[in-house]
Amino acid sequence: MAFFPPHLSLIERSWYVGFRLICVSVLIFLLVPILVIVPLSFNALPYFTFTPEMLAFDPKGYSLQWYREFFTDPNWQGAVRNSVFIALCSTFIAMALGTLAALGLSHADMPARSLVMGLLISPMIVPLIISAVGMFFFYSRLGLQGTHLAVILAHAALGTPFVVITVTATLVGFDLTLLRAAASLGATPTRAFFKVTLPIIFPGVMSGALFAFITSFDEVVVVLFVGSFRQRTIPWKMFSGIREHISPTILAVATCLILVSILLLVSLELLRRRSERMRGISRH
Amino acid sequence: MSSTTTFQLLTADGRALKAVLKKHKARRKRKAFLLVTPLLAFVIVGFCLPILDMLRRSTNNHIVEKTLPRTVLALKEWDAGGTTLPNEPAFASLAQDLVIAQHHRRATQLGQRLNYEFSGLASLFRRSGRHMEELVNEVRSTRGSYKETLIAFDARWGETDSWRVLKRFSDTLVADYYWAALDMRRDLRSNEVSLRPSKERIYLRLFGRTVVISLGITLATLLLGFPLALWIARLPSGQGNLLLVMVLLPFWTSLLVRTTSWIVLLQQQGVINDLLVAVGILSEEGRLRMIYNTTGTVIAMTHILLPFMVLPLYSVMKTISPSYMRAAVSLGAHPISAFWKVYFPSTVPGIGAGAIMVFILSIGYYITPELVGGRTGVFISNRIAYHISSSLNWGLAAALGVALLGFVIAIYWLYDKIVGIDNIRLG
Repeated sequence: MAFFPPHLSLIERSWYVGFRLICVSVLIFLLVPILVIVPLSFNALPYFTFTPEMLAFDPKGYSLQWYREFFTDPNWQGAVRNSVFIALCSTFIAMALGTLAALGLSHADMPARSLVMGLLISPMIVPLIISAVGMFFFYSRLGLQGTHLAVILAHAALGTPFVVITVTATLVGFDLTLLRAAASLGATPTRAFFKVTLPIIFPGVMSGALFAFITSFDEVVVVLFVGSFRQRTIPWKMFSGIREHISPTILAVATCLILVSILLLVSLELLRRRSERMRGISRH
Repeated sequence: MSSTTTFQLLTADGRALKAVLKKHKARRKRKAFLLVTPLLAFVIVGFCLPILDMLRRSTNNHIVEKTLPRTVLALKEWDAGGTTLPNEPAFASLAQDLVIAQHHRRATQLGQRLNYEFSGLASLFRRSGRHMEELVNEVRSTRGSYKETLIAFDARWGETDSWRVLKRFSDTLVADYYWAALDMRRDLRSNEVSLRPSKERIYLRLFGRTVVISLGITLATLLLGFPLALWIARLPSGQGNLLLVMVLLPFWTSLLVRTTSWIVLLQQQGVINDLLVAVGILSEEGRLRMIYNTTGTVIAMTHILLPFMVLPLYSVMKTISPSYMRAAVSLGAHPISAFWKVYFPSTVPGIGAGAIMVFILSIGYYITPELVGGRTGVFISNRIAYHISSSLNWGLAAALGVALLGFVIAIYWLYDKIVGIDNIRLG
């Protein structure tokens, strides 16, 4: 360890090695489920374990049939369409409402700030099963249970806290003189918002939107309760697939989802860097 | 300073500065609040109202009053604590109510509801509902008594307990779902609430198991996450960031993908068992049962929640200067005692934040226990879902939900005291 003196005794040396071993095994524990699922999705046989052909790297042991099934089965394709549609709509609502609210919350004069903040982020804290049960009662009463609208609104409510939190974070240290400068140069408040505020908080808005998107895209409890077969999303299909008869198609779907999450992770990292750069400029 | 008390400061157009400032401030307050209003309204209507609706459902009991309105009125005078049966008008009202209820197909529904409180009532109401019209005609033609006819039809109408249930649930607001959710029972005669015998306690045991497994998962994530966070925090930032990405990748991967992979890894014909058999550690018959039980839930959920422990630990450890440890060692402390007395105490805020986060998330988990928990590794949330979709006892589901929510809010309040809501950060 960096904080141990250089003259190490044997015990300290073995501790040094042992510590790293522990850490590496924890990392393996974290990554192994993801690493296992990707090769297994190319299995030529409908098994969930490595066949001898696969281990011998025999091309016959591998196939794309589960991907073919995923991309041609209308049932799965409907799920993909539903997932994307519901996630996009709910992200849009969450992004618009969440950004506005974050702007208000960052005002120094916001009344009852902590109470409002507590209310706004409550969808993030309440266990999903409780939100799902509550919304099930609520939307059944309105006759909206089993409609896209209900699922979209429910997901939007779950996604807003993320937008509020990320945008509020980018607004910390936002230089108000920029807005005054814009006003003194003759910009209307709306114009100043689009030309000055929005470009600066844009990374925060986008990363909040990504969080909201993944919240909806990955969410299954609320879909199970508020939705029905017509609102089936990818996680909904996976959930019922695992419960009824697990087919290797699920592994192919899972591999595609891992790709999506890598893309999201990379975009978030780029946004974070951009935000640091933008705010670095605004400070000078 | 004193000038403010003697002169009133004025603006350029001659108004009092104080009043103008006050007005301006009020306008800014309004503006800030207006920006928040759309989301606030959306969250209150789309989220808080559904939760309140659940709260209402957990105490709501209009079904008896709606289905048997005359009977409820007739039973007002009857003393449920005594041993006598209600009088003839009560029986007559019941017969009348049940004929109408059967017409609207509500008699069976009512019986099912009352069966949660007193078993046997479902069949009594189903049977009585079906035959009530004939019985009423019989009484009318023979000018007989409803009381005698009904008791002759089904002896349970001659038992005071059946009537006590009706009288009890004439109230529109009852706490009985909560008593059921806490494994308690209200005596029909004395109205005393008592705990069920320990064999019949389903929910308290399930709550207990949920808490114990969640604590186990929290401890496991702490034991695995602490060394990893320590390592990442100590590495130069380039390598550290790379490792952090490895922690974030599972964090961003779909929950169902990770649950699926644990099923693939842990099942009896799965990767780990195959590997152990191939290596020769296990025999073909001795394959381990690592999934569809508590073990499966603990392993899969520890994996899923581990990033929630590593990230806050890492961000706290990153701020602890390594010179503290060096100072302690240079002053003669043994590295272990320096670590324990100097480094470890500074990581406590991170441990608190991570542990409470993991615990809150774990206690309300539904999907993973449902898929990998089998019969022994399920949580209270699975029971709530069961009552919503299978047993259709929505009131009990709502009461269990409210109890769980209360528990989570209590822990969340603790989180706020220790960490502060404003310190929630993402990524």
